[in-house]
Amino acid sequence: MKDLKLVSIAGLMALLSTLFLAPILTSFTVHAAEKVEKAEKNTLATLRNHTEIMTQKKPNRMPKVINNDIKQVRNYPMQPPVIPHTIRSYEVNKNNNKCMSCHSRHRTEESQAPMVSVTHYMNRDGNFLAEISPRRYFCNQCHVAQLDAKPLVENTFIDMHSLMKQKTANTTEH
Amino acid sequence: MKNLLIIGWRTLTKPSGYYSLGALVIGGFIAGIIFWGGFNTALEITNTEEFCISCHEMENNVYEELKTTIHFSNRSGVRATCPDCHVPHNWTSKIARKMQASKEVWGMIFGTINTREKFLVHRRRLAENEWRRLKANDSLECRNCHNFDYMDFTQQSERAAYQHSTALASGEKTCIDCHKGIAHQLPDMKGVEGW
Repeated sequence: MKDLKLVSIAGLMALLSTLFLAPILTSFTVHAAEKVEKAEKNTLATLRNHTEIMTQKKPNRMPKVINNDIKQVRNYPMQPPVIPHTIRSYEVNKNNNKCMSCHSRHRTEESQAPMVSVTHYMNRDGNFLAEISPRRYFCNQCHVAQLDAKPLVENTFIDMHSLMKQKTANTTEH
Repeated sequence: MKNLLIIGWRTLTKPSGYYSLGALVIGGFIAGIIFWGGFNTALEITNTEEFCISCHEMENNVYEELKTTIHFSNRSGVRATCPDCHVPHNWTSKIARKMQASKEVWGMIFGTINTREKFLVHRRRLAENEWRRLKANDSLECRNCHNFDYMDFTQQSERAAYQHSTALASGEKTCIDCHKGIAHQLPDMKGVEGW
């Protein structure tokens, strides 16, 4: 009888020790992993912004679309110009292209909108078509409206113009 | 049968020999209220969104499309229901529209547009009906809410203010001329003015 009790007590102890120790041990490894991750994390600004995986982050405010009709500068000559107005529920599909109801060649006089570039009327062989080329049909693939939002990451892009200016400034110094 | 009709006709054409004039007048008045009230109540029931989307033609096609637009959900929570845009408010025009709409009951019974595909085939014709109606009444249903006299051009975007203060103000254009497809998707717009 006494033996049995001893055995059962020993068993219980073993069980308890594993129960207590296991989480401590695992937490050690997790902490180490986290430290490594944090070092990486700090350089990355994601939309979730370091929120734990199991928690739901409060969503950011939805920024407003810029609707001032003022042309924005292009960062390089071939950049597709951005759209300076709202395009909510503009249909661009098999039936219609709402953008082209103002920006196509024959609509620009009435709308006073800038005409889409002549390249958009060319097919891939360089022949001009009467209507916009099918490969340029979906405007939003390249042209997008702008939001009144703070950039999540800093943009370090320097355009060719500024680079050349810098270079000439440097050469005149020497 | 013939005799019955003749008796009925004689009773109607002869002056009443039994009921007093007062009873007939008051009885007629009360019956009038009940019938007229009943008629108008029934008319009002057909003028609700629940009634419109009780047909799956309306619920699965046009109502679904409305849901994504600003006339369904917006910052101030004012929303347009089907009859706000599709049924005139004044009585005679409303009755005229309701009589036209009785043809839709026929279409419902015989399944003229009982699938999405059929609806898409008919969409251009259906849209043109509405454009024609709104063009003819100077976009009356738009103007039931959007009153030109109280538009603040300074609150509009530059382009909108320009168009509203010129084309719309002079009466050269009406709302529907530019604002097509604001509450439902558009059909193929080939050949439509301004496209």
